[in-house]
Amino acid sequence: MLTVRLYMLQRITALLMAPLVLGHLAVMIYAVQGGLSAAEILGRTQGSVAWFLFYGCFVVAVSVHAAIGLRVVVHELMGLKGTLLELFTWATAAGLFLLGGRAVMAVTLS
Amino acid sequence: MSSDADELEVSVWRGDNASGRFEDFRVPAQENQTILDVVSWIQQHRDPTLSYRYACRVGMCGSCAMMVNGVPRWTCRTHVKVALKDNRISIGPLRNLPVIKDLATDMDPFFDKWVAAEGMHHPSRTRDDAIEQINPEDASRQEANKGIECINCSVCYAACDTVAGNDDYLGPAALQRAWTLYNDAKDAGKLNILEAVSGKGGCHNCHSQGGCSHYCPNDLNPMAAIAGLKRASALSFFKGRK
Ligand code: HEM
Ligand code: SF4
Ligand code: SF4
Ligand code: FES
Repeated sequence: MLTVRLYMLQRITALLMAPLVLGHLAVMIYAVQGGLSAAEILGRTQGSVAWFLFYGCFVVAVSVHAAIGLRVVVHELMGLKGTLLELFTWATAAGLFLLGGRAVMAVTLS
Repeated sequence: MSSDADELEVSVWRGDNASGRFEDFRVPAQENQTILDVVSWIQQHRDPTLSYRYACRVGMCGSCAMMVNGVPRWTCRTHVKVALKDNRISIGPLRNLPVIKDLATDMDPFFDKWVAAEGMHHPSRTRDDAIEQINPEDASRQEANKGIECINCSVCYAACDTVAGNDDYLGPAALQRAWTLYNDAKDAGKLNILEAVSGKGGCHNCHSQGGCSHYCPNDLNPMAAIAGLKRASALSFFKGRK
């Protein structure tokens, strides 16, 4: 159930996520080793446009990527198709976007 | 049932899509014996109503494929010894296709998808033009050559889990043919081909697990051909034509 458009979207978002995952892990390890407290971390992320963009991109990429990936799985394994499949895809994307978006706002808005 | 080395224990699918069951037969074992020999022996000596399909018996025509002990095989060139498990063989109709009767499947969906994948020649010249000279060393000719021994047996189609899960999926054989023609200098339908393999049943649905290439009796590699189509369509996508 993938057209070339969905396929490309999934690969591009995967490509985008690979460095973001590495960046996320690297910063996490750095912050933990430096012994930063939650308040200190929030002090640096809140109001930071850079961190907003970093995690904002991440959330958009995950929403698109996972929605397309799960679309394939539910079509091939559970036979979902047509309008239901479109609804499922969009609902998954929207759900992940809302969840992730809330977290990004909380961490980066001042 | 005691296992007798002189006889094979064979169970054969009887029926169609709607209903059916495996029926057991004992078939004399031979030193040299193919799965198709076994099926023919049953039809000639035990039950003349057994339906199955074959033509060439030498691996050329692609009509004799069946599921043998659960995996797709060309039966005319599969030696019993290769497939035998505990002196038993189960023989069923090819997977992923409607069953007409017993071991004969309806191959229409398989061939319809060849057409849907634009797996037909798109002429680049008319009969009045001179025949185009092709350099056999040419890279695209070499790529096209890799797929031309396909005998349309549908073994790969039966092996593919994506075909099983996605009714629209064109399948490994049709997509491999599309890739072969895409690389053929004498084919003028490159854009038609890319468009045909980019829809909801197109090459992008392949998960690259390689069941097709593993079971192809001619050692072809449809998975690699499909990867070629994915590359070509991705490039084309970036150039702005879909
Ligand atoms: C760096 C991160 C990631 C990379 C490089 C990546 C890469 C890929 C690729 C290449 C595929 C296609 C597989 C195929 O067509 O057979 C895929 C499928 C998929 N991805 Fe990701 N992915 C990443 C992160 C994620 C995340 C975070 C999720 C879920 C929240 C996810 C969920 C899925 C699902 C459900 C599929 C469908 C499986 C399938 O089609 O067989 N991926 N991913
Ligand atoms: S590699 Fe692709 S075409 Fe071949 S069996 Fe797997 S999904 Fe099907
Ligand atoms: S690619 Fe191989 S398995 Fe598939 S139809 Fe052609 S010869 Fe048969
Ligand atoms: S009978 Fe022709 S390929 Fe087996």
